[in-house]
Amino acid sequence: MSEGISQPDAPLAADRTAPAGDLFSKFDPLIKQREELLANGVEDPFSLVMEKVLSPTRAICNGRDTILLGTYNYMGMTFDPDVIEAGKKALDEFGSGTTGSRVLNGTYQGHKACEDALREFYAMEHAMVFSTGYQANLGIISTIAGKGDYIVLDIDSHASIWDGCALGNAEVVPFRHNDIDAMDKRLGRIPEGAGKLVVLEGVYSMLGDIAPLKEMIAVAKKHGAMVLVDEAHSMGFIGPNGRGVAEDQGCLDEVDFVIGTFSKSVGTVGGFCVSNHPKFEIMRLVCRPYVFTASLPPSVVATAATSIRKLMHGSNKRAHLWENSKRLHGGLRELGFTLGTDSPQSAIVAVIMPDLQRGAAMWEALLHEGLYVNLARPPATPANMTLLRCSLCAEHSSEEVETILGMFTRAGKATGII
Amino acid sequence: MDRAQVDSRIRSLIEPFNRKMLEIGDETTFAGDLEFDSLTVMDFVAAIEDEFDIIISMNQQAEIETFGQLVDAVCKLQAG
Ligand SMILES: Cc1ncc(COP(=O)(O)O)c(C=O)c1O
Repeated sequence: MSEGISQPDAPLAADRTAPAGDLFSKFDPLIKQREELLANGVEDPFSLVMEKVLSPTRAICNGRDTILLGTYNYMGMTFDPDVIEAGKKALDEFGSGTTGSRVLNGTYQGHKACEDALREFYAMEHAMVFSTGYQANLGIISTIAGKGDYIVLDIDSHASIWDGCALGNAEVVPFRHNDIDAMDKRLGRIPEGAGKLVVLEGVYSMLGDIAPLKEMIAVAKKHGAMVLVDEAHSMGFIGPNGRGVAEDQGCLDEVDFVIGTFSKSVGTVGGFCVSNHPKFEIMRLVCRPYVFTASLPPSVVATAATSIRKLMHGSNKRAHLWENSKRLHGGLRELGFTLGTDSPQSAIVAVIMPDLQRGAAMWEALLHEGLYVNLARPPATPANMTLLRCSLCAEHSSEEVETILGMFTRAGKATGII
Repeated sequence: MDRAQVDSRIRSLIEPFNRKMLEIGDETTFAGDLEFDSLTVMDFVAAIEDEFDIIISMNQQAEIETFGQLVDAVCKLQAG
């Protein structure tokens, strides 16, 4: 739950007069916007605290028993008994942390086992585990696309992809979201001989829509580009084996690099890149966000490896999660809400709010009903929309989905949105 | 195409994006005067790229603040 969410630790005080040269003056508009929002009496959407987590789908939030519909715990692995057991065992046997980089003293047997699990999960030759998905994008993109190369990417790409571009020295060329023709034209204008990397996502997490990867990758390959696909929001759920949207569309073989994270379906923290590139292992030496940071704690890689292996056999859960997504999408539409996609395409259903004020009011009304969703607002959202993003879990029961629809009905009427 | 021609083509391309109907001169800034947000920039740049069959990467865009600088940059990209 990283994008679009700021989480200040202390109350903000913008009214104190700033000394000249205060480097914080640039944040004044944001501080003002936040104060205006809170002045209307809404509960602060960005400082919710979960006091107790009861299961993948329920927690005590700000003192209330709450259904969680805004986590990325798609497959509900966080409380899986085998996963927890593996973590405890590793904690006992290997200690609480590695205190070192993957390339020095930070590679334990557990990191290798985790990379083995990823290789098997994706049926690919190479797997490299990073400390977060953010760092995986940062590292791979900035390292493989160098000076004189071109990165062609979707304008709605995740912050970690943009930051990967900013960290490197390649020329960065964005195109309109999911626009195959715009991508084709831009690739066609790249000077002869320059290296090309096309960066796409399987599921775009703001609206929950998927990319036409098959067509886009075919165009990229026609221009001789390498292709990186971030499957953060599809791993474990989409595709016959949960390998993501590229698998689902039958084009995973054409993808040069898949980026993923452990912070969503896998249910812990960490990131990775899998690839069949014959020279991929050199990345371990040249990729700075891999080298110059400590490796994940043994308990984390143990939980990740166990979870990944269980996700290989998750087809029943995947089927139930699809049912949940379809029911919530259809139900919200029937109630008259405006949704981010015409059809359910992923485990994310985005409800479009008329503006930030009413979005925040609706968010609060839902919280009072006992439902947590994600409030996403500009600038993290496409076209400056305010969104209530609902992400479903395979552990939400069908009854819970009906309860959720009831909550949306009452909150939507109370705030005048439906 | 000489500078004057490039100038007049870009001037017509900018029209649909010039929501405040500003009088545009070489010193007019995109972020400040025209208040372009990132999506508007993308659409405007795409229109120019398609018209002149060039690429203006974000790295190059970062150097361009005013209308005059844009015309110069497009002239140069066309020549090159
Ligand atoms: C598309 C995408 N890529 C990468 C990440 C980063 O993942 P992590 O939470 O592991 O840093 C996220 C999640 O925030 C994401 O949505």
